[in-house]
Amino acid sequence: MSFLTLTDVTKTFGDLHAVADVNLSVEKGEFVSLLGPSGCGKTTTLQMIAGFVETTRGRIVLDGRDITHTKPNQRGLGIVFQSYALFPHMSVAQNVAFGLEMRSIGKTERAERVREALALVRLDTLAHRFPRELSGGQRQRVALARAIVIAPPVLLLDEPMSNLDAKLREDMQFELRAIQRKIGTTTIMVTHDQSEALSISDRVVVMEAGRITQVDTPYRAYERPENHFVSQFIGKANMLPGKIVARDGDDIRIDLGHDLAETGNTAQLPMRERVVNIGDAVTLCIRPEKLRLCAAGAGRLSATVTSRFFLGSQWLYRVDSKLGEVLVCCQNEGTEPLPEGATVGVDWNSDAIRFVQREARHG
Amino acid sequence: MASAPPLSSDNADNADSARNANESGNGSNGDSGQRAGSTRRAPWHAFVPLWLMCAPAFLLFAALVLIPLAMTLVLTFYRFDPASGPIAAFQFGNYAEVLTSSYFHTIFLRTFGIAFVTTLLCVVIGTPEAYVLSRMRDPWRSLFLLVILAPLLVSVVVRAFGWSMLLNPNGLVNQAFALVGLGPYKLEYTTFAIVIALVHVMLPFMVIPVWTALQKLDPQTENAALSLMASPATTLRRIVLPQLTPGILSGSLMVFGLSASAFAIPGLLGGRRLKVAATAVYDEFLSSLNWPLGATIAVLLLIANLIVMLTYYRLLERRYARSMG
Repeated sequence: MSFLTLTDVTKTFGDLHAVADVNLSVEKGEFVSLLGPSGCGKTTTLQMIAGFVETTRGRIVLDGRDITHTKPNQRGLGIVFQSYALFPHMSVAQNVAFGLEMRSIGKTERAERVREALALVRLDTLAHRFPRELSGGQRQRVALARAIVIAPPVLLLDEPMSNLDAKLREDMQFELRAIQRKIGTTTIMVTHDQSEALSISDRVVVMEAGRITQVDTPYRAYERPENHFVSQFIGKANMLPGKIVARDGDDIRIDLGHDLAETGNTAQLPMRERVVNIGDAVTLCIRPEKLRLCAAGAGRLSATVTSRFFLGSQWLYRVDSKLGEVLVCCQNEGTEPLPEGATVGVDWNSDAIRFVQREARHG
Repeated sequence: MASAPPLSSDNADNADSARNANESGNGSNGDSGQRAGSTRRAPWHAFVPLWLMCAPAFLLFAALVLIPLAMTLVLTFYRFDPASGPIAAFQFGNYAEVLTSSYFHTIFLRTFGIAFVTTLLCVVIGTPEAYVLSRMRDPWRSLFLLVILAPLLVSVVVRAFGWSMLLNPNGLVNQAFALVGLGPYKLEYTTFAIVIALVHVMLPFMVIPVWTALQKLDPQTENAALSLMASPATTLRRIVLPQLTPGILSGSLMVFGLSASAFAIPGLLGGRRLKVAATAVYDEFLSSLNWPLGATIAVLLLIANLIVMLTYYRLLERRYARSMG
């Protein structure tokens, strides 16, 4: 039995299914991210775990104890709110101590644990400041310290980085991960930022319109997206129509049309697509960085560069080809990039293509 | 006709300059006119010095507050002669009379007692009221906000008479008591009546600042406290209430100040014998015609009010200035 289990958890607001039949098992010590666009139900799911939103249906079991209908102030979970929700009339130390005070922990132990928690988030020197005297990043650390000082069974993070600027966010991501590793607290984070979810979680739960579409490790979610939505939402993707021409177990050979059949494109069947027939029209996904630009005439496809974008470590090219507009990502190797209008060849490895959907959907 | 305007520096759009030349017959004029229109002029207040802009408000304030106040202050040093009225002088006899007479001590104590109890009741009633109000959904919230603000729309005299009708020996309240075999009680012309009516009048002045403080409160702080295992009651007491303190503080100051200097309600509901400072001033001016004594009471009321309010402000504001801003 997992540490935290959500079984058929559903929340309806009137006719609207905010969250529908969410099933999720989180192991002890795991860092799980709920990832999805706004309005996908990830925050509602977190609020149901926290107890601020009543579940319409389903069960939430924490460490063998059914907490579905437990009041939020009896669940004892640590929560970092999006707005941080620090108590503005209390100093940093008082903020952090509040949870311990509510648990009737003695003054000496309280002071000791507050000091430890603040040291963990590197704020020990600012214990006597008030929240309004702190920067955004510091406030976020206080919120984190306040949540972990009570040694909660589960730490819930509600878009914790969304109010930080890009550079600080990156630093905090690594720091958050390091702190979580150190204290080993089971953590569930809600985020709409796919790079954040990929970089710090053990598993990502991709949600769309109130439902879970894929639960996987970040690497697998990126490399083996289960459907069109996941492949588009996590990372960049070229979506191509194709046709299945042969099958050998889980390996299928696909035809991209345009005389590209003989180039030996293969893909692996995703778990949920067990039934495919030769001749089925499918949607395929190929990541921009799996494509290579080569000299005109070489490669599988010839194309023209229509525009290019400099991303620092990479160049992103938009090229026009028989397959339509395709994104190609190339490492910035310090050489002169290709000019717009250049004719190039595009090549890829036979196994770079992913099968994402059985029937091609437009848009 | 189509000759390029000689002074036009930005004839990138040749067709445009040609059209300008065509329309005005003088290319450079048309062009510069267009440019003057596009560069924004400095705002009008850049040309008027700040002190001049403050002048109307200052003149109004001086004419209606400062000068009358100064005249009242001068009047307090005059001597009063029952036969010939106020005589210009500089002496402290009026102050000595008010400060040493137990009659005036009672009036001042009553005034501040009433103001204090009114403020206390307004805090006790107004704070939960504002909190409940902020939790309501919208059609109800607007409705109840209107109900709370309604007293401000009715003349204070009308409200005082309303209370008087309710509280008099044959009024609705005593009739209700009579039904259960109690009373009649003397409710009119008591400090009780004054306090009740004042609370009714002053409540909006408490609800509105507390409401404003509630708007600034992050509702997630309550959830944060709950998640840290605080009970709802503890959350209210330890998290919500302290964040409302600045609102309660400014509400209290307004209610206290207005109650201590209230005139109509104590005058109408306290009767002629149950005097407060404001009604005492009125009586000195219009019944005894002792203007210097009336002015002295007024000035002392102002000073006492200032001292009480400033002390209160200092004591509480200092505690919250750093955390709550």
